[in-house]
Amino acid sequence: MGPDDDTLAADGHWAFGTGFSDPLSGLPMPPAGADLAALCLALGDDALIMSHRLQEWCTRAPELEDEVALANIALDLLGQARLLLARTGRDEDELAFRRGAGEFRNVRLAEVPNGDFAHLVVRLLVFSTWRLALLTRLRDSDDEALAAIAAKGVKEVAYHRGYAARWTIRLGDGTAHSHERTRQALAAVWPLVDQLFAADGNPRSPDPADLREEFDAVVGHVLAEATLTIPETAAETAAERASRDEHTGALAVLLEEMQSVARALPGATW
Amino acid sequence: MSWPLYEVFVRGKRGLNHVHVGSLHAADDESALHSARDLYTRRNEGVSIWVVRSAHITASSPDEKDPFFAPSGDKVYRHPTFYSIPDDVPHI
Repeated sequence: MGPDDDTLAADGHWAFGTGFSDPLSGLPMPPAGADLAALCLALGDDALIMSHRLQEWCTRAPELEDEVALANIALDLLGQARLLLARTGRDEDELAFRRGAGEFRNVRLAEVPNGDFAHLVVRLLVFSTWRLALLTRLRDSDDEALAAIAAKGVKEVAYHRGYAARWTIRLGDGTAHSHERTRQALAAVWPLVDQLFAADGNPRSPDPADLREEFDAVVGHVLAEATLTIPETAAETAAERASRDEHTGALAVLLEEMQSVARALPGATW
Repeated sequence: MSWPLYEVFVRGKRGLNHVHVGSLHAADDESALHSARDLYTRRNEGVSIWVVRSAHITASSPDEKDPFFAPSGDKVYRHPTFYSIPDDVPHI
């Protein structure tokens, strides 16, 4: 706690939160090596692009309460993206707003266009379950900054996973109509799963087989509760084996919108 | 929209009691609690949340305002205002 924190804490009107903390406060921040930078870039891009897809649900969610919940999740991921992109040692705004689609390292699961609410829920379940497994392991990273970012993310993503799991069960084990829509969503999302567990050759990345084991157990449990089954997918398609620098056309369209203001008004502040 | 209405009470970090902060619609008690977390504790406000179906709250009615509240309006002796407070006692 520095002097500024004390001032903040003294402003004790209960309706405004106080005691905000900076997860990286006081941590050593040596220049990131190539492997650490690559890992942070990939994790940061996943969060940034997934956050943007969630933001697109603003004004479109079925209920106001869920709209705010989704906005919260999007903001959590945006916060993770900022910390991770900054940890690469490059400028976070340059990375977010000045790269072309081919330079992004996010997985396809994050970039594919939104579908219906069931699609959102299933996609978020897959994304959060995978990311929680990843961040849980990165809490033990020997880079203290990455470990702190991961520890912060674990608490956030655990909530995201719970939100998605509750909705998956509610919809899957709901009416015949909601079950069918969720089954279709699962069929649409599932071909994107294998890419999440592709080996990337980075010694700092957690073991994909270990992640997959946790992922299969958690998702299997949720889907069983939701009376859904994992869809049959054709063995190994190009999409499944795509590396993180091969994207669908949807990413370029997303970036055109996300980067439009930054590109139209370079250097603008507000 | 057919989800029932819930009232939300949040206890702040330094607050001793839960305070009514607003309401929301939810399908059941558990979703109400989660939505309350998302809607009313976004700015680090709370450490505890209560939700209760609005239908379960019994409220005083405006029609009963006079018999309910007016009688306490002239009972000044119910306030501890007749003590002199020493100058060196702060925060009163």
